[in-house]
Amino acid sequence: MKKKKAASLEEAISHLRDESIVLIGGFGYGGVPEQLIEGVCSSGLRGLTIVNNNAGTGHTGIARLLEEGCVGKMICSFPFASESHVFKEMYAAGKVDLEVVPQGTMAERMRNAGAGLGGFLTPTGVGTEIAEGKPEFEVDGKKYILEKPLRGDFALIKAYKVDPRGNLIYRKAARNINPVMAMAADFTIAEVSEEVPMDALDPEAIVTPSVYVDCFYVTGG
Amino acid sequence: MTVKVTAPDKPLLSRDQMAKRLAQDLEADWVVNIGIGIPTQAVAYVPKERDVILHSENGIIGMGPPPEREEDIDRDLMSAGKGPVTLMPGGAYVHHADSFSLARGGRLDCAVLGAYQVASNGDLANWKVPGASSGNIGGAMDIAVGAKQVFAIMTHVSKDGTPKVVDRLTYPPTALGVVTRVYTDMAVLSVTPDGFVLEEVAPGLTVDDVQAACDAKLILPSEVRTIAA
Repeated sequence: MKKKKAASLEEAISHLRDESIVLIGGFGYGGVPEQLIEGVCSSGLRGLTIVNNNAGTGHTGIARLLEEGCVGKMICSFPFASESHVFKEMYAAGKVDLEVVPQGTMAERMRNAGAGLGGFLTPTGVGTEIAEGKPEFEVDGKKYILEKPLRGDFALIKAYKVDPRGNLIYRKAARNINPVMAMAADFTIAEVSEEVPMDALDPEAIVTPSVYVDCFYVTGG
Repeated sequence: MTVKVTAPDKPLLSRDQMAKRLAQDLEADWVVNIGIGIPTQAVAYVPKERDVILHSENGIIGMGPPPEREEDIDRDLMSAGKGPVTLMPGGAYVHHADSFSLARGGRLDCAVLGAYQVASNGDLANWKVPGASSGNIGGAMDIAVGAKQVFAIMTHVSKDGTPKVVDRLTYPPTALGVVTRVYTDMAVLSVTPDGFVLEEVAPGLTVDDVQAACDAKLILPSEVRTIAA
């Protein structure tokens, strides 16, 4: 059986490279791989493109990644939250690029990448700035725009429980974007609260099957 | 040319009163998406005996009100606006791709969204101000195009007098032709193929007060009711 369990945070993060596209899970407080993000902050990595719903709040998590100078570009749906001071300042100063994507389109672009598809037609954004430069199609009388897949070099996700093979379950709304990011990256690293023995997870209830997980780091919290 | 309008120098509805009025129109057995901002205040006013299934974009189907006791607050159970919530009996969690599939796929009977502007053709603006280099979309574009009805809730006039109930949007659109009703601190409006119909006015206001605060011609039905605030 492939060994996926990282012995340390440093080992889990050691896979990442400069200039990578990194998908980071979480929405609000829930499902944020906080320790993996801290690990990236300490890594000295540069030029990362970070995909997350938001652009960080306060001075922790993605906001700290920005402050540490790791990030060249953010891809988000809601970058200007009231507490996103670090991002707002850096964006105004031209120190970080931004691509704003509707939240459902962002999720579906990643699901597409994970599913091996070349894009999809969505009614979201028709007639808005989001449609600019994108081919528009009419299908059965309804207008759609073409959106392309969004693939990550890496995904940093947060899960609740993992078995030795790497199967994952999540807790409540902390599931959020994590299962989608797990399938959309070339290399997925999961921060997990608890490791359980083989067969302790109900196969009917596994949300992310182990094939999407390349590495996991158990925090025990 | 920038059109300015004025709200009357009279008491208008509070955000709570607006949310309370809107909540009365959420029908039993509907699946309703609740957006961030004023929409979250409507959750508390859905009558307890009425079984409305609330959807939160981050993956909650069957969202309930905030927990009563502080020790029951769970960081893994927050609303789209990042406030603590609960899960109703029979609720479920889904990931974001499924949450937005549900929205675009037509399973939402209604979405309650905040707005910068609503036009008489139902166009919605709520993500970006004119001239800004960017803005916050969140889930609004997907939810607005997918929901069977969109209830917009907003103040009637912006602080600087820019009209929010307009004939045509001056703000960048979020979605075209989607809004069906508008709930403001002055009135309740329906969006019809002929334009805005003034259904109800806030207590103490006149039809003329409301018309003067719009940059769109309002259609008056035979009876304009007073909002039960």
